[in-house]
Amino acid sequence: MRMQISQKMRIKEAKQYVADKLGLTLEEICDVVTMSEVREDRGFGLGNFEPYAESNVGMEAKFKIAEALGIKINSVERFKERAGIK
Amino acid sequence: MTDSKKYFTRMGDGSIVYMTEEEIRADILAGVKDAADRGKIPPLTQDEMDHIYSIVTMPGGVVGVEPSRAIVTSNDSGSDKISTKCGIPVERSVNAMIHERVLGADSVDIGLEDYNYKTVKGVAKREAAVLKNALNKTTMPLFYGAMPNLGFYTKPDGPVDNWAVLLPEGKIKEALAAQEEAVEHAVKDIVYVAEQMYDVGADGFQLDTSGAAGDADFLVSLLATEIIKEKFPDMGVEIGMAGEFVLGMHGRLKYRDVKLAGLYPHQQVKLVEQAGASIFGAVVNTNCNMTFPWNIARVCTFLKACSEVATIPVHANVGMGVCGIPMCENLPSEIVSRADRCLIEICNLDGL
Repeated sequence: MRMQISQKMRIKEAKQYVADKLGLTLEEICDVVTMSEVREDRGFGLGNFEPYAESNVGMEAKFKIAEALGIKINSVERFKERAGIK
Repeated sequence: MTDSKKYFTRMGDGSIVYMTEEEIRADILAGVKDAADRGKIPPLTQDEMDHIYSIVTMPGGVVGVEPSRAIVTSNDSGSDKISTKCGIPVERSVNAMIHERVLGADSVDIGLEDYNYKTVKGVAKREAAVLKNALNKTTMPLFYGAMPNLGFYTKPDGPVDNWAVLLPEGKIKEALAAQEEAVEHAVKDIVYVAEQMYDVGADGFQLDTSGAAGDADFLVSLLATEIIKEKFPDMGVEIGMAGEFVLGMHGRLKYRDVKLAGLYPHQQVKLVEQAGASIFGAVVNTNCNMTFPWNIARVCTFLKACSEVATIPVHANVGMGVCGIPMCENLPSEIVSRADRCLIEICNLDGL
């Protein structure tokens, strides 16, 4: 979805881009079990998560996603501006 | 003589109907022909019509695509639906979290109950605060959304004369001028709201139900998108349509030398691309008096043509009364999932 909004990529191109950036196959990025592990390991945030201290959610997850996909996320950029870290 | 097997399906208003193979195939062909004639676009192939037949008649309450063909979802007034439609009093940023973590949505928009930009303008900074809260707590992309809704700019509620009153009185010049003036007001309001939403970090900006008041309404979305993309290139814009056909309430308005009245989805999307939008929300109307096979075949003919010429993602509007979905409040999942599968497998759409 992010690649569609920010880069105007159509679905096939967007999936391939994400798969390449994450070092996964197309099948893997469409698989809920694989992606749950990847998202947890890489701090991308999960739809559901046990409340433990290491869980990433919201803004911190978006920092990680922007970095992994090599894209700008507007809310991350505005957060950095306001927090004085940009 | 034996009775032919009859399959359960529905009319466009949601009522149940049983049809034979012959009747279903005849309706699919008629739906395809209707779209091809109106849109002056190629009909579906026989293989594609056979595929629609197989999806319409396949067993199961819910049907689906292969996991690798899954696509994403965007929506309109999504973050308000739990509150407004279900009557559960949930604050909108919490509503967005529920969409992300309970419903598995790929995105959602924050929008006011009175879902139009003229109303939002007065409370735009407060709306932006709700969006900011939601952005801090969610991971998926969030839009701010509302409708251009040009009719709201007419007297007595708005600043310009009502063209729907002027036209029957024969005051053609005045009616055209009123619409042109309303366009200027609406574009200004939308860009103002967009600025507030960009400032808090919106991923996207949704111009929903564009063209609801006709060609001038669609022009508002195109002009506003152009300005928004120039001022805030990091924020995507999704233009969702009101109907399959741009009504010529003005009739002479053009965008980049293309007359807007009468455009179908495969033509609308090219202007949406030129304006700089990221996603096109295509609509094909559901005919309540016709069957689901007729409606979905017609939808697929229009949206296959749209998807083939598009260079940006196309999301089909698959809510009540559009893109094959029946015109009823509680949607039957066996029809919704069949419509979705047809759209993904035949039209190669990018989202719903």
